[in-house]
Amino acid sequence: MGRTSTSLLSAAAIVLAGTVPALSAWQPQKPIEFVATAGPGGGTDNLARAVQNIITKHKLTDQPIVVVNKGGGSGAEGYVYGKASAGDPYKVIFGTSNAWQQPLVSKVAFNYTDLTPIAAMAQDEFLLWVKQDAPYKNAGDYLKAAASGEFKMGGAQSKDTDEVLTRMIEKAGKVKLTYIPFKSGAETAVQLAGGHLDSHVNNPSESLGQWRGGTQRPLCVFSPKRLPQGPKVTAAEGWGDVPTCVEQGLDIKQYEQPRTVWLPGKVTPDQAAFYVDLMKKVQATPEWKDYIEKTSQVDTFLTGAEFDKFIKEDLEHVKQVAGEQGWLVK
Amino acid sequence: MDNLAELLHGFTIAVTAPHLALMAVGVLLGILVGVLPGLGAPNGVSLLLPLTFGMQPVSAIILLSSMYWGALFGGSVTSILFNIPGEPSSVATTFDGYPMARDGRPTTALATAFGSAAFGALVGVILITFLASWVAQVALAFGPAEYFAVYFLAFASFVGMGGAAPIKTVVALAIGFAIAAIGIDTVSGSVRLTMGIDELVKGVSFVVAVMGLFGIGELLVAVEEEFHARAVSSKIDWREVFRAVGRLPRHGVALLRSAAIGCWMGITPGGPTAASFMSYGIARRFSRRGRYFGTGEVEGIISPETADHAAGTSALLPMLSLGIPGSATAAVMMGGLMIWGLNPGPMLFVDSKDFVWGLIASMYVGNIVAVALVLLTVPVFAALMRIPFVVIAPLIVIICVVGAYSVSNSYLDVVMMLGFGVIGYLFKKLFYPLAPLVLAIVIGDKAEDAFRQSMLMSKGSLGIFFANKLVTCLIVAGIALLLLPLVLQLARFWRKPASPAAGATSQEKVII
Repeated sequence: MGRTSTSLLSAAAIVLAGTVPALSAWQPQKPIEFVATAGPGGGTDNLARAVQNIITKHKLTDQPIVVVNKGGGSGAEGYVYGKASAGDPYKVIFGTSNAWQQPLVSKVAFNYTDLTPIAAMAQDEFLLWVKQDAPYKNAGDYLKAAASGEFKMGGAQSKDTDEVLTRMIEKAGKVKLTYIPFKSGAETAVQLAGGHLDSHVNNPSESLGQWRGGTQRPLCVFSPKRLPQGPKVTAAEGWGDVPTCVEQGLDIKQYEQPRTVWLPGKVTPDQAAFYVDLMKKVQATPEWKDYIEKTSQVDTFLTGAEFDKFIKEDLEHVKQVAGEQGWLVK
Repeated sequence: MDNLAELLHGFTIAVTAPHLALMAVGVLLGILVGVLPGLGAPNGVSLLLPLTFGMQPVSAIILLSSMYWGALFGGSVTSILFNIPGEPSSVATTFDGYPMARDGRPTTALATAFGSAAFGALVGVILITFLASWVAQVALAFGPAEYFAVYFLAFASFVGMGGAAPIKTVVALAIGFAIAAIGIDTVSGSVRLTMGIDELVKGVSFVVAVMGLFGIGELLVAVEEEFHARAVSSKIDWREVFRAVGRLPRHGVALLRSAAIGCWMGITPGGPTAASFMSYGIARRFSRRGRYFGTGEVEGIISPETADHAAGTSALLPMLSLGIPGSATAAVMMGGLMIWGLNPGPMLFVDSKDFVWGLIASMYVGNIVAVALVLLTVPVFAALMRIPFVVIAPLIVIICVVGAYSVSNSYLDVVMMLGFGVIGYLFKKLFYPLAPLVLAIVIGDKAEDAFRQSMLMSKGSLGIFFANKLVTCLIVAGIALLLLPLVLQLARFWRKPASPAAGATSQEKVII
């Protein structure tokens, strides 16, 4: 009798141990702050607000959520804030790959290791865009024309994802481009529409309206395979009709920007697990699918070791480009 | 007149009972967030945004844009009554609005501001109704060189206008540029002037600077000068509200000129802030009573307010048709547009006609609702001036501290705000002008970015500023405005060589 009860107990203990962490041992006890490392209206801000909206609508947690914008210094303001909030599990930082890229190239007072990675949700793709009436029909023609060395490439921010990609194009296509940094992708798109630039590498959502309006068109996408078809953007074409850059002889297989979610450093594994779980629940809702489709992003979910691996790989890659350009800060 | 038919259709969408109710709610909420400094239009709109997700896009944008109109009006209230501008674009309103209110005429100041603001907004809406397609094209012609030329023009129209000693203006400008340079530089991506304070990487927020410079700075001066310590005895006079509005047509020239400047700066992407400063600067030079500006002149209120609202309204068009938000609030609204499933951009006018024309029609109606509601509140706000200084002074400090803190929940901002208060006080005591300082803080970094982008494009040649007719005209106009006072002074000097220093003392007093 004594034996069976002990084994029953231990069996129960095992069952409990198996179920309890799935429900999350830690639960928030006060309001949660979502910190968007971008100004209102940008892609990162949209993500934070979409997640907030989904959580509130589906009551995924009992606590209210507030979104604050800390987009100063190309997002550095938000990350520094996260670093300063070490140990506080009520601050969730929404950013991009600049969490690990920015400390490489500017003297900002944080590194991604100061934060606890939660997940990478949604990836933005990059495309090569030219003005609607430009003579070149594909990336090959574009590179030939760019060989003159007079081409102006616009992009958002300096030494950030857009400029890194520009330098990669220079290398792969053996051309020289003049990179002009603007504040945002939307601003860059308008500059291309006005003919002040020759090309840019905007994300789909940044130039969607301009493509539909016939002011600019994508030549190719920096992705290993074509994007999912989805609804048509112009009368004739949708995202799936855009060839990959590799197909057109511009050998850059993959370049994308993940939207990332972080907690401050020094939080407990339980607390981190709660948010990983929360984001997984968010991703399972129909509203999330809707958000992904409307913003023309790619659904993805990286967490734990996978996310770490992604960061390490991306970091190696950016380090190489930044090193060649002499951008690395000591 | 296709546009007219579309507009009439738009009215059938905008003028329905639920939409009118939404406008009233939006305007009232907007006035509230506009009056409470630190909350401001962008925050108010983002707080309201999640509530609109379940609404029709037209209803949602009507609610949000009405809130925006309300906040713009509300922002002028604090500028005039307490010398605390809630939005960058209402800084210029403080120059004459606040002295007039202190002078016991808060009702007149508020009613004048609201009346001319409504006129400006109306001109802006009419412009985008009839010239929608043309206006969108104009904005496209603006590359970095043209942007720089517009900012240059704004600086030139303000700097060259005299008032303070030119060298003091230059000093104020230089300090402003240095403050604007704090943080991450867009063009090089490097961190500048953070002086070892990590948090400064975000740069200096305009709100923090202005609350200190104007709110706290003015308070320090007031504590020192006894006359401020008395409460202003202003009668609550409903009739004065209408009389003030009724007197506006007498300043027809100023109204039209300011509306024109506002519309021009709104379509070219100079924006409302540059527009209001430029309009004030030009009015000061061309108004017959220009030398009394800064002491509570009616035209000193009309000019910036009209231009601000004309620019704010006409700037909505580039946002819709090109997808560039002209202000933080517009950026939040654009985020909303995407969530509602609309794509700002050239196709919006084709794909979502009901939405666009419903919005434009609502701008007519919404502004009328806003001005009616806001005029009703004038006596209430004016009554605030009767509260004795010993009560109002601590309140102003609290408002400024809370406002500075709530910009990004940071104590550093509060400390900086107080620091700016001391700078504001010193500027006043030493007769340094605050306006060029603020102008440089607000558009200095944009002007710098535009200049350096142009230099990247032209590989370092200044020729880019004379590369086409548009940019050449802007630059030449800027240089002309800059040199005008010098030329006038020389002319006066030759005509009357005996009295070169005449008027210098009267000028000292009206430095703004």
